[in-house]
Amino acid sequence: MKAYRTGLLALALSVAAGAALAAAPAPSPLTPQLIEAAKKEGVVHFYTAVDLQLAEVVAKQFEQKYPGIKVVVERNGSERLFQRIGQEVTANIHNCDVVNTSDAAHFVRWKKDKLLTPYVTPDIADNFAADQRDPEGYYANWRNTLSPIFVNTKLVSEAETPKSFKDLLDPKWAGKLTKAHPGYSGVVMTATFQVSTALGWGYFEQLAKQKPMQLQSATDPPRKVSAGEREVAVDGTEYLAFTLIEKGNPLKIVYPSEGTPMITSPAAVMAKAPHPNAARVFYHYIHTLEAQQMLVDQGGLRSVHKQVKEPSGRVPLSKIKLLPEDAVAVEREAEAIKRRYRQIFGT
Amino acid sequence: MARRRFDPSAPIFALFALLLAILVFLPMGWLAVFSVRGPDGAATLTYFAQLVTDDEMVRPLIVTLIVATSVSTLCTLVATPMAWLIARTDMPFARPIRLLVMASFVTPPFLGAVAWEILAAPNSGLINQVYRLAFGLGRSDRLIDIYTVYGLILAIANYTFPYVFILVANGLDRIPSDLEDASSILGASRWRTAARITVPLVLPAIVAGTLIAFLQAMNNFGSPAIIALPAGFHTMTTKIWSMFQYPPQPGMAAAAAVPLLAVTIMLLHLQRAALGRRSYAVVGGKGAQARIIRLGWLRWAALAYCGAVVSAAVIFPYIALILTAFAKTLTITWAPEGFGLGNFEFVFFEFSSTKPALWNTMLLGVMAATAGTAVTLIIAYVTSRQAVPGHRVLGFLATAPIAIPGIVFGVGLFFAYTHPPLVLYGTLTIMFIAFLTTELPIGYQQFQAAFRGIHIELEEASRILGATRLRSLRDIVAPLITTAVVSTWCFIFIAAIRELSAAVLLYTANTKVLSVVIYDLNENGELGAIAVLGLLMLAVTFAVVAVAYRLPRATSIPTSA
Repeated sequence: MKAYRTGLLALALSVAAGAALAAAPAPSPLTPQLIEAAKKEGVVHFYTAVDLQLAEVVAKQFEQKYPGIKVVVERNGSERLFQRIGQEVTANIHNCDVVNTSDAAHFVRWKKDKLLTPYVTPDIADNFAADQRDPEGYYANWRNTLSPIFVNTKLVSEAETPKSFKDLLDPKWAGKLTKAHPGYSGVVMTATFQVSTALGWGYFEQLAKQKPMQLQSATDPPRKVSAGEREVAVDGTEYLAFTLIEKGNPLKIVYPSEGTPMITSPAAVMAKAPHPNAARVFYHYIHTLEAQQMLVDQGGLRSVHKQVKEPSGRVPLSKIKLLPEDAVAVEREAEAIKRRYRQIFGT
Repeated sequence: MARRRFDPSAPIFALFALLLAILVFLPMGWLAVFSVRGPDGAATLTYFAQLVTDDEMVRPLIVTLIVATSVSTLCTLVATPMAWLIARTDMPFARPIRLLVMASFVTPPFLGAVAWEILAAPNSGLINQVYRLAFGLGRSDRLIDIYTVYGLILAIANYTFPYVFILVANGLDRIPSDLEDASSILGASRWRTAARITVPLVLPAIVAGTLIAFLQAMNNFGSPAIIALPAGFHTMTTKIWSMFQYPPQPGMAAAAAVPLLAVTIMLLHLQRAALGRRSYAVVGGKGAQARIIRLGWLRWAALAYCGAVVSAAVIFPYIALILTAFAKTLTITWAPEGFGLGNFEFVFFEFSSTKPALWNTMLLGVMAATAGTAVTLIIAYVTSRQAVPGHRVLGFLATAPIAIPGIVFGVGLFFAYTHPPLVLYGTLTIMFIAFLTTELPIGYQQFQAAFRGIHIELEEASRILGATRLRSLRDIVAPLITTAVVSTWCFIFIAAIRELSAAVLLYTANTKVLSVVIYDLNENGELGAIAVLGLLMLAVTFAVVAVAYRLPRATSIPTSA
């Protein structure tokens, strides 16, 4: 199990990691005073790249648990959120309280730019392994998802179902593929980095010849395949696919044999959050077992919270070959990846 | 000779002119600065060089020209005969058809594009599904593919042809029938009269309509943003918008905006020349009732033709939106259990953006309409009465924004108000400025027409009796132009609530408006929610249009770029 470190060993590791870095603040408990102060603020602005409907469920459950604090969801693609926050900060606008994107590289950058505030909740300290959070406490992994291949089961027979990324280069898939855009989606940004590292950019050059339908958000390809607009999606979020399958859509997930990109989506409290107390209460809440289990059960996400139970019927993460993630490299190469992608795919 | 009394209106108007000039020219000035300023701050022409040499920039430019030319040609070919059929023949159901053309006119183009996505996506599109079902064809067969250049042309033309229609229909209304009668009396056949009298007289209106259609298509952002990106190409407007993604390239965006601006100004000049000729042609004013041509059995063919056009623009797209709004899953099934209220529930009870966006949209619409009506009322009055020295400047300032495409103005505003001294980015004020400025020409055109109908003698009488200008304005002019005030307000309101191209560059999370929310939802593939919000937007629009048309005097339709 790569991402899930359970048991004493992990605990010992994270304690050791915590001790080594004195800069990590001690976990802050959720005090009645904090909740009271949050209620006075009355609202928290949550910038997130998670699928809109799921984001609204998180908001609603939080509002039920903490009546008097409203959640305003600003849902956008990760890369768009990154650009928006940059624009707002330049204009000295501080509107965001808690941020979450599917491009871990953003958090590397934001931490460098001092836009985040270190804050650790007891849940993060106890239940999130050391490699799932910033050693200095500036951010912690909120959710994980994979970017596998999606197949419409009504349109593609079992025998024809592609097994790997390379299978998608077969001429028979020309005009039948769809994919999302790394200029918009953090999931696809990360996936593009991982796939290009594993298979080389030549893979994308050949893929472009198949004329895939270009979408923006990574939540869109599984939708378009469900609707039968295209037979196969090259990328997209696994979590939305689970939900779509459970709703009865003719969709199937294929974990490609080369390995599946895994995308971590951290969350953080903004340094200049306009509602600092509400931001902290909300940050507490989204890392609790209750919220994390909901993300998994209702949202189809993968959680790294140690006590979360994976529902049966989904392929467990331990059985899936994953492509390696490298947020620092993505941060460094983001611009080059986007430019290269534009040149290859034309948009 | 009596000593001239100090007229307090003069400095007020001067201040007005100054304010307008800042509104319009500050953003444009910044645009110019950014287009020639390199990253190091030194003057440079590299952005313009890149514009003509970099393939990434040249391709969108070519696509834009192809799209705009095709749309304007298509619109002219389709809408001119329609206008003639409705204005001059005994075609049945002319009034419902005219109303449906109006519906197309007020439909936001981005909403129309989404509806056409639902109708004509190559595989899941309803038209293609029906086509395959009807002919028993396989999955690879399709009648129409919206994700192509021609698909985009079609989607834009559906909501652009009303501009040609309205101009030509108004032109036909203005041709005095006596001229045509004279031709007939002198022995010319009906067709000869049409060819030698009617067509030449209405030709300026046709040319003007073609040019307006070209500009509408060229500066359209919403339709290509929805259709061109999945199809894998850019137009200039989407390319400019994409330059604000990370890492932003403001200088390149500013340079890319310049061709749009230049072409728009040039074509508007041509349009004025075309319409200018009309003015002596209609010296007779509106004469007797136009001669109605009897079509015989052909009138049913005519109806079929007009019906087909409004079906493509309004009836089918609206049906698609309604079906999608009520559909439970992503594929629209025709079984009754496939429909429900889930999307409405989501939009009105779960989606936290709905309420603030609705509030912002209404607030901005009311504010822009109210302020815009007030400002253009005063300017139109001043220019029509030539009341102050330099009134021409005011008139020019109120018309100038027509030459600035929404996305270009958005870029300019972004530069002007994102850094000191005036940081307005992220406020509703910047959106208000954008909406107000871009809608000024609509209001100005309306009031200019209205003031032409009120003779200056009435005010002169009032001035002679000792009233100040402001007072005669209030007591004499105001009551006479109430109708124009209400209709102008309605037009600006409708135009403001559908604005997307400037808003998409200027909004922040808590200044979102409906058009931007719909646009964001589209990127997420949430068609059900879009359909619900789109229908809501259309309902508000139609309610306001109904108010405007209930007014006693028929109002002319603004034809802005």
